[in-house]
Amino acid sequence: MNIVIVGCGKVGTSIAHELNTEGHDIVLVDINGDAVSRLSDSIDAMGVEGNGATYDTLTEAGVQNADLVVAVTAKDEVNLYACLMAKSAGVKHTIARVRNPEYTQDLFRVKDLLGLSMAINPEQTTAIEISQLFRFAGASEVDTLSRGMVELIKVTVPEKSIVANKRISQIDILKNKVRICSVERGSEVYIPNGDFVIQSGDKISIVSKSETAAKFFRKVNVIIGRSRDVILLGGGKVSFYLAQRLIKSGINVKIIEKNPIRCKELAELLPEAVIINGDCMDQDLLLSEGIEHADGVAALMDFDEENILISLYIKGVSKAKIITKVNNTSFDNIVEQLNLECVINPKNISGEYIASYIRAMQNSLGSNVETLYRLNEDRVEALEFNAKSSSKLVGIPISKLNLKDNLQIICINRKGRIILPVGSDSIMTDDLVIVITKHKGLSDLDDILD
Amino acid sequence: MDKKIITYILGWVLIVEAIAMQIGTITSLIYKESNWIYFVIVGAASALVGFVLVKIMRRKNMVLYQKAGFAATALSWILLSLVGCLPFWISGEIPTFIDAFFEIVSGFTTTGSTILENVEGLSHGMLIWRSFSVWLGGMGVIVFLLALIPKLGGSQNIYLMRAESPGPIVGKAVPRMRNYAALLYGIYMGLTALEIILLLCGGMGIFDALNTGFASAGTGGFGVRNNNMAAYSHYSQVVIAIFLVLFGTNFSFYIMLLTKKFKQAFKMEELWLYIGIIAVSTLIISVNISSLYPTAYESFHQGFFYVTSIISTAGFGIDDVNRWPELSKAVIIIITFIGAMAGSTGGGFKVSRILILCKEVRKEFALLVHPRNVRTVKLDGKTVDHNIMRTTSVFLVVYLGIFILSFIIVAFEGKDVLTSFTAVAASINNTGPGLNLVGPAGNYSSFNILSKSVMIFDMIAGRLELYPLLLLFSPSAWKRA
Repeated sequence: MNIVIVGCGKVGTSIAHELNTEGHDIVLVDINGDAVSRLSDSIDAMGVEGNGATYDTLTEAGVQNADLVVAVTAKDEVNLYACLMAKSAGVKHTIARVRNPEYTQDLFRVKDLLGLSMAINPEQTTAIEISQLFRFAGASEVDTLSRGMVELIKVTVPEKSIVANKRISQIDILKNKVRICSVERGSEVYIPNGDFVIQSGDKISIVSKSETAAKFFRKVNVIIGRSRDVILLGGGKVSFYLAQRLIKSGINVKIIEKNPIRCKELAELLPEAVIINGDCMDQDLLLSEGIEHADGVAALMDFDEENILISLYIKGVSKAKIITKVNNTSFDNIVEQLNLECVINPKNISGEYIASYIRAMQNSLGSNVETLYRLNEDRVEALEFNAKSSSKLVGIPISKLNLKDNLQIICINRKGRIILPVGSDSIMTDDLVIVITKHKGLSDLDDILD
Repeated sequence: MDKKIITYILGWVLIVEAIAMQIGTITSLIYKESNWIYFVIVGAASALVGFVLVKIMRRKNMVLYQKAGFAATALSWILLSLVGCLPFWISGEIPTFIDAFFEIVSGFTTTGSTILENVEGLSHGMLIWRSFSVWLGGMGVIVFLLALIPKLGGSQNIYLMRAESPGPIVGKAVPRMRNYAALLYGIYMGLTALEIILLLCGGMGIFDALNTGFASAGTGGFGVRNNNMAAYSHYSQVVIAIFLVLFGTNFSFYIMLLTKKFKQAFKMEELWLYIGIIAVSTLIISVNISSLYPTAYESFHQGFFYVTSIISTAGFGIDDVNRWPELSKAVIIIITFIGAMAGSTGGGFKVSRILILCKEVRKEFALLVHPRNVRTVKLDGKTVDHNIMRTTSVFLVVYLGIFILSFIIVAFEGKDVLTSFTAVAASINNTGPGLNLVGPAGNYSSFNILSKSVMIFDMIAGRLELYPLLLLFSPSAWKRA
């Protein structure tokens, strides 16, 4: 597809990289020539210097032939205006980044007027992601699949768990209601079959309905309960959105923020939260605010280094679930070595979010992938396919299918009923089939056959 | 520097050259000449070596950074010439290696200066390979590879394009590098085919039409007749002159026309300056030489043909320019240095650089008058980045430096100043003919090995616009870190 990206900041860069690897034709626009040339030199894309909210610049970027315009400059107003301009040039799909909460509230009023296909708020999407993690405090990654009907939860297998040192086929507590779909051990990721032996310390991702998941975790000694008291370090936009969501689901929220003016704002916006004015890097303050007894802590300050440092400190003094926000992705491998429980990257989340929207768009243009999720640091993909009657798999028991290595059919959504399939089940027409795999670039359900 | 990826690219260059060379085999077979075997031998050997290199050097996720991109391009051109000259040399049609090498470098760099005293003595196979080398060098073999091989050099392959394509500002006009390279070659092939058809319509023989088409498309200037373009009809000369102007035009102009951005296309300042220079030079020369020719139209024809021939840096000739008055010669030397537009198949200093430098000079003058004046330099309505102005100024200095050094070395040989001066100028600007001994009616065979080597260096340096070739001589470029 032809995609024009207006704004070459961090989010724009992340989206451009994501879309470039998926093989789209990309034109980058930014008012800052340096930013454009740096990005367009490093990926295979064309750069246009100029104000992306003007008709001239957009036509220079070839907006007439574009399928999609994504406006992600630092200014909401510019983004919305750029989308309006793109619309007037005949672009069908536009995505704008709108991060100001006041605009986000009113967006539904003007969405049609502006012809906006989607508004993305990186801070809000990050907040949603984090709030899911607090719901399953023992999990290090929570994703919802199949329109929210199934949950994919990543946990670490504790010592002396009853599943440790057992083959997957021997674990009878599962009873076809829970499925282990990937195992991370050290730096390797496995898609296990029935003979795979689980060890303690493995990070396993399981798929199940939410209520069954809770039961399963109780049995395998993973404390998964929802957090009761959460402390947010830093009072930025993510904190605000997160606090809003957490408060709504009955969690006690405490926010620690250095800037007194921001504290006042937060106090006005979030009357139910406890706002503390102080330095998050002050250990005494943290201890006096009861960091040792909190169930959850999220380090959401502006600097990655501070977030990482304070997370490491809290890990030593508290049993809380710790979520660390890291913006800079270039040192991913080093951050991984630090063994932080949960690292969240807002830019990647929004890049991922937009990319999944584009995949769905493409779906209507021919590809069969309904949705695509990236798991385990992008090494594993979960794909949702729509089984068409023409597919070779329809009606054949799964045990008789010659599937590729490192690939599992983990779940079938049959008209809203979730089936975790066993060998005797077979796929029927119009099923939504979720497949987990280490292969990349599968585009049709028939591709899963070897 | 990542030598593996450079070797990988060189492997592909060898394969492409091996295939391109077979045009000589086919022609030889058609004309029942015996030397087709040399093209087959050299082609097979280079294809084999290329294939092995590509096989063993292939890596997943190859990324080429600027330094390696420039080095790969420069080395490709040297390798291309070393292999390309072998059929001439092995077959003995050009007996000495340095002459064969000079001839093919002159072809690939689209210079078109020859060491042959009797062009018609060469076999048909060798002649067409010589002309085809000009065509291949015109748009460039790396650009061809970029169109051919997906993801060559990884996501940063813009640096390969920058190293090979002429001009101060090299960007892409479409999002994908591969599509852009294919688009350039598409336009190039289309224009070449059109020219060949028009020449055939004028009654030129198919062999001459193909050779002339290839040589003028790359703005090279190789002819297959001893009296170069004077051998052809008046109509053919007009067709050639017009196509030289077209090939000397920035190809982004054609892309704009194809994408229906007519307004933007005709607002290109460089285009108008290029046309202006052609018009004024033609006018001066036509008037100046009017006493030499019977009619005013004939002197206009002579003037126009030679101006287009020199400014596009092709270097075709239809008359002996040495007998023209001094003013005309001066104009010819000046437009030799100016050269064609950026992003064309022509050489020279490039019209756009002149434009940028003139604007910069005007800015400096304004600063003398109003020391606190704030101005920006604009080209086609867009502000020219300070970096581009800086590199353009530095380019001028390096260009003059190489020119002066080469001039001195060639002058050691003791030829007259005008010959030495214009020979070096014609080499570094990829024009071909100079004046006096190296005029359109003369050739380069009388120079000694040292002078020829210097001119070979100048030709490649001029075609790649200096930096890629100079980088090879910088020790720090070869360090790993």
